[in-house]
Amino acid sequence: MANEFVKKVAEEKYKFGFTTDVHTEIIDKGLNEDVIRLISSKKGEPDWLLDFRLQAFRYWQTQTQPTWGHLRLPDIDYQAISYYADPTKKKGNAQSKEIDPELMKTFDKLGIPLEERLALSGTAVDAVMDSVSVKTTFKEKLSEKGIIFCSISEAVKNHLNSAVFSDGSFVYIPKNTRCPMELSTYFRINARNTGQFERTLIVCDEGSYVSYLEGCTAPMRDENQLHAAIVEIMVMDNAEVKYSTVQNWYPGDAEGKGGVLNLVTKRGLLKGMNSKLSWTQVETGSAITWKYPSCVLQGDNSQAEFYSVAVTNNFQQADTGTKMIHIGKNTRSTIISKGISAGRSENSYRGLVKVGKKADNARNYSSCDSLLLGSRCGAHTFPYMDVQNNTATMEHEATTSKISEDQLLYCNQRGISTEEAVGLIVNGYAKEVLNKLPMEFAVEAQKLLSVSLEGTVG
Amino acid sequence: MLEIKNLHAAVVGGKEILKGVDLTIRDGEIHALMGTNGAGKSTLSKVIVGDPSYEVTEGSITFNGADVLSMKTEERAHAGIFMSFQQPIEIPGVSMTNFMRAAVNARRKALGLESLKSTDFLKLMRDKRKLVDIDNKLVNRSVNEGFSGGEKKRNEIFQMAMLEPSFCILDETDSGLDVDALRVVAEGFNKLRKPETSALVITHYQRLLDYIRPDVVHILLDGRIVKTAGPELALQIEEQGFDWIKDEIK
Repeated sequence: MANEFVKKVAEEKYKFGFTTDVHTEIIDKGLNEDVIRLISSKKGEPDWLLDFRLQAFRYWQTQTQPTWGHLRLPDIDYQAISYYADPTKKKGNAQSKEIDPELMKTFDKLGIPLEERLALSGTAVDAVMDSVSVKTTFKEKLSEKGIIFCSISEAVKNHLNSAVFSDGSFVYIPKNTRCPMELSTYFRINARNTGQFERTLIVCDEGSYVSYLEGCTAPMRDENQLHAAIVEIMVMDNAEVKYSTVQNWYPGDAEGKGGVLNLVTKRGLLKGMNSKLSWTQVETGSAITWKYPSCVLQGDNSQAEFYSVAVTNNFQQADTGTKMIHIGKNTRSTIISKGISAGRSENSYRGLVKVGKKADNARNYSSCDSLLLGSRCGAHTFPYMDVQNNTATMEHEATTSKISEDQLLYCNQRGISTEEAVGLIVNGYAKEVLNKLPMEFAVEAQKLLSVSLEGTVG
Repeated sequence: MLEIKNLHAAVVGGKEILKGVDLTIRDGEIHALMGTNGAGKSTLSKVIVGDPSYEVTEGSITFNGADVLSMKTEERAHAGIFMSFQQPIEIPGVSMTNFMRAAVNARRKALGLESLKSTDFLKLMRDKRKLVDIDNKLVNRSVNEGFSGGEKKRNEIFQMAMLEPSFCILDETDSGLDVDALRVVAEGFNKLRKPETSALVITHYQRLLDYIRPDVVHILLDGRIVKTAGPELALQIEEQGFDWIKDEIK
């Protein structure tokens, strides 16, 4: 009876699990140099970029899958994945600039309207489905300020001769410019048996500021889908970047079948003096999340922050955290991690704080809390420290707690249902991180946390 | 009206604590419940509100005719049953404002009413706060977190003010309170009480009953109500303890 209920909730809760029936050009499965040449030619890339891709592929072939994560990662059959799926290609050879109405509808349904008049006020969106950027909004308005916000494919042709990437979003904020709106990329995986391999580059020039949001959803599919993306951020003198993620990839069903494998690299270089970078992530989806948004604090007086809420339910697994590498003098980093585990899930925080020889007066504060719902889930903390300068100040705190029966009874007695009580308590627990999100996202994230944990207690 | 008939209850998987309790509390009546430690006073109150750590093995509870035992804990609250906890629970990170908003709106929803608008809700908080003389700072803190014993008890009465229950259980509301705090809490309760509000006041001492005057006093010993009389019974217990009652029922 109770199991039946939990199962129902687990299946119902993922409201983004629909698929879009749209003609999608998908290349044959498999990974070899010909595939890479094909992708490159589809995008009409210059030779140097093809060479970069091939070089990367040859290096990748020499590597093996790392095993240090606290994860049961299935062997990924890289030959069973298609590496390019384009939902914007029309049948036959018809050329059209119009976006398929089905695609517009899909993003509407996801709450990401692509028509500028309907868009969330103050947010510009680059909408990416499968391998292709479908549309970027508010481009012209932003370009008035010299801000470049476009798909990365466009960037390599128009803007970035020295660029080194494949697809995703590209942002450049010129000197002394405060980006007037939130920028965001919305990632959607739709096609079957494909992987999404996006790349985002944000360059924030001297004295500038940008806040960037990333949202992700995918259909419910029985097989695992692979999402292996890269985000890179460069922050110059006196500049500040805030990067926020609300990750809600399909987590798999209540038995642990299906779900997205979210294996992502995120790194930021605080190149300039007094530069600031903050990563905020709310991770509720994916069967497996394996990522460590990192900061290299190179500029003197630079400041880096990492705020994370990771929720795992059913059979989800997360091994996530950050790396803070202090190189410059008087650099400061803050790590606030909140893990919430329910069902039979495993949730790990793993973080490295490294202080180099020349990083005088570096400071780090780390706080890692775990909240357990039920008795079959796991919470783990793996903090690493490597300090080579004795002027450094390091602080680390960690707690583990449970929602008590007494707390639930107290809420119930006041008329609050158990589900709502769990939502309240979890949101209260995660508040410190959620408060770092831009307003519209914070509200969404709160709802998401409650929904992800429905049916976990009682 | 609350009617309890032949109520038997045990800790889940444990021993029987209530061994046949009969109790009827009509609208507007205040009943005091006294008894030795471990007699089952708190168990009775927890069974009435629906604490899942107890199971009812026999008997019935009805409230205004409805079968309480078939209702979930929150449904009992929506029906107008409120308990002031002996040890109010701390909920870190959840502000009193958010907690009360969830509670008030859950009840309104159950009664088929719209959620209160933010401004109306905040005004309600302000008005009720004055009634029980509770500091605005407390209301902005997390539920009971870092509250003193007296503040916690006052906060229970504040929640009662917000939820306007028709039947209240005060479970040793006087424990841990100094005389002044006791007076504030008891007077707050009296101010809030409507003529039809009924209550079950669990206490060891007469001093609470000096402020909240009971119509009926019951003595609970070893899981049964063994004696019921008027307010004079509480005074007698205060002077002589329970032994004479134990002798009487032998």
